[in-house]
Amino acid sequence: MSLGPAEVAKIAHLARLAIRDEDAPAYARNLSAILELVEQMNAVDTTGVVPMAHPLDMAQRLRADEVGEPNQREHFQAIAPRTEAGLYLVPKVIE
Amino acid sequence: MHDKTIAQLGAGLAAGEFSGEELVRAFLERIARHNPQLNAFITITAESALTQARAADQHRQRGAVGPLAGVPIAHKDIFCTNGVRTSCGSRILDRFIAPYDATVVEKLNAAGAVVLGKTNMDEFAMGSSNETSFYGPARNPWDLKAVPGGSSGGSAAAVAARLTPGATGTDTGGSIRQPAALCGVTGIKPTYGRVSRWGMIAYASSLDQGGPMARTAEDCALLLGAMAGFDPRDSTSVDRPVPDYVAALDRPLDGLKIGLPKEYFGEGLDGEVARVVEAAIAEYRRLGANIIEVSLPNSQLAIPAYYVIAPAECSSNLARFDGVRYGHRCENPKDLLDLYTRSRGEGFGAEVKRRILVGTFALSAGYYDAYYLKAQQIRRLISDDFRRAFERVDVIAGPTSPTVAFNLGEKVDDPITMYLSDIYTIAVNLAGLPGLSLPVGFVGQRPVGLQLIGNYFAEDRLLNVAHRYQQVTDWHRRAPAAFA
Repeated sequence: MSLGPAEVAKIAHLARLAIRDEDAPAYARNLSAILELVEQMNAVDTTGVVPMAHPLDMAQRLRADEVGEPNQREHFQAIAPRTEAGLYLVPKVIE
Repeated sequence: MHDKTIAQLGAGLAAGEFSGEELVRAFLERIARHNPQLNAFITITAESALTQARAADQHRQRGAVGPLAGVPIAHKDIFCTNGVRTSCGSRILDRFIAPYDATVVEKLNAAGAVVLGKTNMDEFAMGSSNETSFYGPARNPWDLKAVPGGSSGGSAAAVAARLTPGATGTDTGGSIRQPAALCGVTGIKPTYGRVSRWGMIAYASSLDQGGPMARTAEDCALLLGAMAGFDPRDSTSVDRPVPDYVAALDRPLDGLKIGLPKEYFGEGLDGEVARVVEAAIAEYRRLGANIIEVSLPNSQLAIPAYYVIAPAECSSNLARFDGVRYGHRCENPKDLLDLYTRSRGEGFGAEVKRRILVGTFALSAGYYDAYYLKAQQIRRLISDDFRRAFERVDVIAGPTSPTVAFNLGEKVDDPITMYLSDIYTIAVNLAGLPGLSLPVGFVGQRPVGLQLIGNYFAEDRLLNVAHRYQQVTDWHRRAPAAFA
């Protein structure tokens, strides 16, 4: 499958990733080449093959529903770009 | 001191030949002298290293300590280190001071190892040459024009240049084994689930696995013994006892069945690399091993499947870097969407963006079945190939990488060519098996690695098979002339 700059812009939006217009053709070329590579998979009939999501057959462990982690809000917010009164600041979302 | 292995350094410390502090000073001096040339370290933690070394010396005076007490190591900059910048080779984390230690870091600290610093790497471990690092590439100590491999290129270069006797690495598609091969050191990617991923910045969670890099299999055994083990904080950590890897090293190889996958010796493999690998196989025959041809018929599908699965997982994992809670934030965002997109656009480099875009595409509505589901089915076929092969053999051997180290800049503009550098390593991650690379010779000045692949949790066997070879050969003792 071949992608053009417009499709790259659409995917970039889904990924919340700013791509400069002048870079879009190069990404389109690279992405098309990568998709061509991965489409080699189509040479094999995989009808009935059970998909493997994970290397180990294991059940997800559960833990007791008890508080394990202590509150470290100040410690963790010390590395945040902007905080105020214990909250993370972002541009206004609701007018 | 810098030419000694971890085992020898441990013995020297125990015998009082030198103190941990003297040892750390010697390595810090070497780093100060050689790192400007090699760019193997992103961050050097001289002060805390000296504090750790003095603490290790004091522990030793008070009583028995383990084999790693006072031994200097380095961590790939993907492992969170409390109070120390953890950049993952990315601009987006350039000023990220980790607020906690990764389990691997915690365990090695507890063993008394001394952290010299954080090593260079491809951005978010996405790369095979170290050239995607925001901090510029590390260089190969055997030839400064050559790449050290990647993504754990800084760790491999630092070990090869004797700037540290050992280092941690991570391996999602070959990122421990390929740089180990290209720099002439020994490295092992354990079975998925053997080493905790907690605090190890995630790239592709169903493939990522941490492991040690050092000059010998014996040193890797010492390091892995300290790194491995169950961790309730990692939901895919395996609750299974850690064997004594050092005790298993000397087992004779008589009757060992080594499988050679015919697919690993065909088109694409450099002829001179093939000759070096065949000579290593001949050495194994002399050590008593039986060599058997095996087939991994779906090998050629490993790279295609990987470049769906890894980007898909990465696009999800890297969504956390949003400019809100930590990491780079763009200037003057006009709204929330602008904050997300520009922070990420400015923070990530080109290869990371490519993989996020591929993954986002593969998971998007209408394409999921054709790409992601298909790749998971191929993954099953690849895993079944190994299962069948291990019914006949104990370990699988072949080249780690199809060529020796290539030159800086040679492949950086062509992602597909770069991806093919991992053609023999990627299937191992898809299956979740352990894999090891050890140095077995040179083509010109540049080292060649032999890859050994084991069955699930057979790390002890892989280290044993590598160790026996290192008892009768000296490739692992060769040092690059400029750093001997």
